Amino acid sequence: MRRTSVPPGPEARAGLTLRGVRIAIRAHVLIPALDLDIGPGECVTIMGRSGAGKSTLLAYIAGTMEPAFSAAGQVAIDGVDVTGLAPEQRRIGILFQDDLLFPHLSVGENLAFGLPASLRGIPARREAVERALAEAELAGFARRDPATLSGGQRARVALMRTLLAAPRALLLDEPFNKLDAQLRHDFRRFVFDHATERGLPILLVTHDVADATAAGGRTMTLEA
Amino acid sequence: MDDPHHGRVGAAVHEVTRARGGVLRLAPALTVAVFLLPIGAGLIGTALPAFGYLPAIGGRAFGIAPWRELFASPGIATAVRTTVVTGIAATLVSVALALGFCAVAHGRRWTRRIGGMLAPILATPHAAVAIGFAFVVAPSGWIARALSPWLTGWALPPDIATVGHASGWPLVLCLVAKETPYLILMIAGALHQVPAARHLGIARMLGYGVTEAWLKVILPQIYPQIRLPILAVLAFSLSVVDVALILGPSNPPTLAVLAVRWFGDADIANYFPGAAAACLLFAIVVGAMMAWVALEHAGEAVGRRWIARGTRSGAASIGARAAFAMTIALCAGSALAIVGMSIWSFAAQWRFPDALPGSLTLGNWSRLWASLAVPVATTLALALAATLIALLLVVCCLENESRTHRRAGDRALWILYVPLLVPQIAFLFGAQVLLVSTGLDGTFGAVVWAHLIFVLPYLFLSLADPWRALDPRYARSATSLGATPLELLLRIKLPLLMGPVLIACAVAFAVSVGQYLPTLFAGSGRVATLTTDAVTLSAGADRRVIGVYALLQAALPCCAYLLAVALPAWRMAHRRARWT
Amino acid sequence: MRAWRRASIVAWVTWMLASVFAPGVSVAVEPAQNWSDITRKARGQTVNFNAWAGDEKTNAFIAWVGEQIAKRFGVMVNHVKLRDTSEAVTRVVAEKAAGRDRDGTVDLVWINGPNFLALREEGLLFGPFAAMLPNYRYVDTTNVRSNLVDFTVPVDGYESPWRRAQIVFVYDGERVTEPPRSVPALLAWAKAHPGRTTHPNARNFLGSTFLKQALYELVPDPEVLQRPPTDASFASVTAPLWAWYDALRPTLWRRGEQFPDNGPAQRQLMNDGEIDLMVSFNPAEAAVALSAGQLPDSVRTVVFDKGTIGNTSFVAIPYNAANKEGAMIVADFLLEPATQAHAQDFRQMGNITVLDLAKLTAAERAPFDALPRNPALPTSAELRRTLLEPHPTWMTRITAEWERRYTK
Repeated sequence: MRRTSVPPGPEARAGLTLRGVRIAIRAHVLIPALDLDIGPGECVTIMGRSGAGKSTLLAYIAGTMEPAFSAAGQVAIDGVDVTGLAPEQRRIGILFQDDLLFPHLSVGENLAFGLPASLRGIPARREAVERALAEAELAGFARRDPATLSGGQRARVALMRTLLAAPRALLLDEPFNKLDAQLRHDFRRFVFDHATERGLPILLVTHDVADATAAGGRTMTLEA
Repeated sequence: MDDPHHGRVGAAVHEVTRARGGVLRLAPALTVAVFLLPIGAGLIGTALPAFGYLPAIGGRAFGIAPWRELFASPGIATAVRTTVVTGIAATLVSVALALGFCAVAHGRRWTRRIGGMLAPILATPHAAVAIGFAFVVAPSGWIARALSPWLTGWALPPDIATVGHASGWPLVLCLVAKETPYLILMIAGALHQVPAARHLGIARMLGYGVTEAWLKVILPQIYPQIRLPILAVLAFSLSVVDVALILGPSNPPTLAVLAVRWFGDADIANYFPGAAAACLLFAIVVGAMMAWVALEHAGEAVGRRWIARGTRSGAASIGARAAFAMTIALCAGSALAIVGMSIWSFAAQWRFPDALPGSLTLGNWSRLWASLAVPVATTLALALAATLIALLLVVCCLENESRTHRRAGDRALWILYVPLLVPQIAFLFGAQVLLVSTGLDGTFGAVVWAHLIFVLPYLFLSLADPWRALDPRYARSATSLGATPLELLLRIKLPLLMGPVLIACAVAFAVSVGQYLPTLFAGSGRVATLTTDAVTLSAGADRRVIGVYALLQAALPCCAYLLAVALPAWRMAHRRARWT
Repeated sequence: MRAWRRASIVAWVTWMLASVFAPGVSVAVEPAQNWSDITRKARGQTVNFNAWAGDEKTNAFIAWVGEQIAKRFGVMVNHVKLRDTSEAVTRVVAEKAAGRDRDGTVDLVWINGPNFLALREEGLLFGPFAAMLPNYRYVDTTNVRSNLVDFTVPVDGYESPWRRAQIVFVYDGERVTEPPRSVPALLAWAKAHPGRTTHPNARNFLGSTFLKQALYELVPDPEVLQRPPTDASFASVTAPLWAWYDALRPTLWRRGEQFPDNGPAQRQLMNDGEIDLMVSFNPAEAAVALSAGQLPDSVRTVVFDKGTIGNTSFVAIPYNAANKEGAMIVADFLLEPATQAHAQDFRQMGNITVLDLAKLTAAERAPFDALPRNPALPTSAELRRTLLEPHPTWMTRITAEWERRYTK
């Protein structure tokens, strides 16, 4: 895996940039060529039928694409080319429809998992976790077992965990699917508020038009 | 609806279901009885003589005289120390290597067929690998021969102790070489129960490398499922006899070997300290298991602090990579061991320091052919009998499970593991006393039954997951088409599961071929299999002869595996040809 | 119809289970005194011949014996392979304790020394039967005392001899120019060539005999060894042995910390080039191994000048043997001149015969005269220097003392 990154060129732009992204599985081409610029705080929604390649696109941007697919194209964040980097070095956050909180860790430990190593010292880390919990209106939940939380609470913890890692872009893979209508509305608000507050470019994949409307940004549809 | 036959068919189905359900309901109880009862009786049968009670040879009074004899025997402290050190070291190293290997290998393309790649090493009996190892690492062995005299300058073998070294390191090495692949397979099986790919993806996005993420996120989740296999490895390493006989120190040997020596001694009075030694070994195994569980708690605490610190340094992945390399090296060593003995079986003369024999011959095989016929036939017959009976019992148990929709829980898993957790020698001696008193010892049936005790758990564990994972919709559609439960079993389930069933049978076959102590005790030394003969001969016969035995020992289970893999493939090709 | 089928299935299953689980049924009557009666009764029997199986050549010889007996007498021989003769003793004792006085599973056992003493003392042997064997008349009972006295225990016909053994030393002629010819010379040689000689673990009969051989030359009066030791006499008599051994041990292979388990293991060490000198109970071992490719072509044999320990191996029949007649047929066949010559052929086993060649006719002696020669064989003059085995208790006590001193 190449660990070099390309320094910002003359076309350096803040936010998430895709250039000529092409994704195929064996002979079948899912995405022929995609160019996309998402500015900080901006949200772009991608819609399409299942199997059109939406989740695969997110996986390619994140660097966790399955080897069965073949892809090409440049991914850059804040002008830095991350196409050749390993996923753990890209500083991109991703949220799935399953909260995927680690069952063997408590809520606080889950949140602390995302904290960067540069934040040293148990007291400092604990404080960061408490602040995040307060933001998510879950103060005092640090020692709880994730399994005892409700679906909505777990979703909020998942987002806070992602944000605590200080990502530079946020990918959302149909994260509101498993929530009922009211929770969906509340959680959508929660996600967009926090992300735009941090100035993160957001790429949202969904098949629900209401999500696209709530996101308020551009919408793209992937042809199958 | 007005079909006159339909009512009768329905009634017949109902009746058969009820009757079949009745018979099948006995299956789990029968299976458990097959091995729990003898183990319990055997343990008692060993504990009583340990305290002096064995009327058959004149021990009628309870007392601690056997224990006093045990602790007064020369070298007992060293024997106990060697046992504990080698057993625990082998377990710790195997666990570390297996975890490191899995952490590094996760998600790579070639690991999809990890089962197939590890199968030859897993199938080869411990004794065969040990025999080969003894040749590879000896100072006059293959490594020395390959490097002499051009690198080492040795014209004669140096006087360095390797095989039989007092510390037991060749014993530990051989145990690790065999146990690590087993643990890797268990870990691979446990990974199916956890959304490993997703969790790893999340952890990577949070900045952790794959290896570190695997150790911090996946390992804690799968550990409860691999606890039992690890404890089984611990029990085995502490109480192994055949490998210790071949590679371990002999002056004094490990406690298990001491116990076997006393049991076979001409002086019948040594039965009692022998039984005491077996009880002591049992206590050591139990103590070690409890210590391991305690260690788990400490490990958990340490692990949580490590995770909380949030470092992404990659020190763990360096360790894991080292473990990966060492595992590959050990697997290569095992392969080398078998290849070495195979070459010996065709060697005419192979003197030190030649790297390869001076001349090859088929003479060894032609000389031994006649005397091999009986052990090979016995080995095959025992393995087939034990496998078929075990298959019948396991299929009945699993079918009963499907029909009553009640899954065997955790407690059932522990019961299933009992034969693997109790040291063999601790109950086999008592079992032999019982067999002798009923006159059944030395019969073919007694040895089949002794093998069955160990074959059953492995067969069940190999078959249970594929069986339970079978799409229930097949069953539902078949029943709706009018199939009786028996038809469903014979014409739908078994053919669909032919692959896993054959693999499970191959596993059972391999387990039976590799059994040493059960054959020795239940057969009272009169039933000769390849393994018992090989271990007997390893004490000093011509290495060419041992090579023939070792090669055969390794070949039989490998052939079974090849058959198990090839048969479904052949059937598939055959069927495809028929339809084209 | 269905009931009949079910019943027959049950019957068939029961029969199958019974035949698998039931021990062999045989009649155990007192064998008739007439040899032709015995031969007749033996036909069709299967004799469980319990014999140590650690040597491939011996195993092959026993297999040959089985073939011959099957052809001539219609008696099957099943070689029950033992890792140690004591396993058979344990069997018989266990059967007696379980009350199994007939249909014993051990018909014939290759035995001598302490194992024989153990069975004899407990009254677990059938006999006396040796005199009943027609070929017993050829046995050398005048010159070879060990045919009549087994480790100082009178045989009295409770076991029949079949092979003789004598301690010799085998060495690699290419590397050893002057082999030691006495026990003190052995120590001197070992000091000059450290790590190049060893002996089997004293638990093995060859290892303990090595110690006994040393003791013979180191005690002032060897006759004391024919009587059982007392605590006081043991300490004083064996003192020179331990002094000599303590000097020898650091010069042994692996510095005396590890020992090969038995004779064949030791032979493999010599073949691997790890040692140059080893003790053996078989005077033809060097010749046998040479021809089989188990030792290099340069091996030779030496017998100590003052004589070496020799003993006889016997076969005995347990009191509860199921096939006593067949066992006696086997014992008699082993004493046949042709069989003894076949055994003495170093290409087969290379054993010294227990027969007195003077008692044979010229025709019966022919197979012996036709035996091939070999430079690795000792001369018969060298083999005449035989020492009697000490009382068995010396062996058990020496072994125990060795373990106490050197097993830490």
